[in-house]
Amino acid sequence: MCPMPILSLKKAWKDVTVGQIVAISATDQGARRDIPSWAEATGNTFLGMTEEQGVLIFYLQKVA
Amino acid sequence: MKERMSIVLFSGTVDKLLAASILATGAAAMDMEVDLFLTTWGIEAFRKGAYKTNTRVSRDYEEYGSVMRELMAAKKAPSWWENLQGAKEIGDVHIAACSMTLELFGLTLNDLEPVVDEVTGVATFMERARNSKVTLFI
Repeated sequence: MCPMPILSLKKAWKDVTVGQIVAISATDQGARRDIPSWAEATGNTFLGMTEEQGVLIFYLQKVA
Repeated sequence: MKERMSIVLFSGTVDKLLAASILATGAAAMDMEVDLFLTTWGIEAFRKGAYKTNTRVSRDYEEYGSVMRELMAAKKAPSWWENLQGAKEIGDVHIAACSMTLELFGLTLNDLEPVVDEVTGVATFMERARNSKVTLFI
């Protein structure tokens, strides 16, 4: 539930190394737009999203 | 320099505190600085221990208060207090208490939760708010 996806992502991001690709899952429907927006605002790359049984899975690559 | 969001937090009801806390978390996650200026009922919400017992909701929707609490518990929605802790953890969240309200209520910084950083007046808030990208009154 909002704002947990971006809060969790931001917390986890410091342990990710530059260039690494990360997959994160969320059930919050707002995350469809929030995760790409977060990537844009923080200078990272949003690679895409898949959906499996109501669970959204996002792929991001760390740039900053 | 980081972009900043400044919020005047006038309300002390959990519905509005929840909205403010989500905005603060979002801004912090987006690498923005967050300024919270607590005044009037916003000060009440940050008195030591108050967040544990505060169940007030906006007067207009008073009758939905208990339903909202039940839904939040059932869906494990984070409380405004948990959101704020999270925002502090991931970003630069600065919380100031209004000196006028403190004086009026006979309080000092020691009477408030330790998340409150300092006591300031309106000019300090305005100085920071004038350079903010987002400014809100909640």
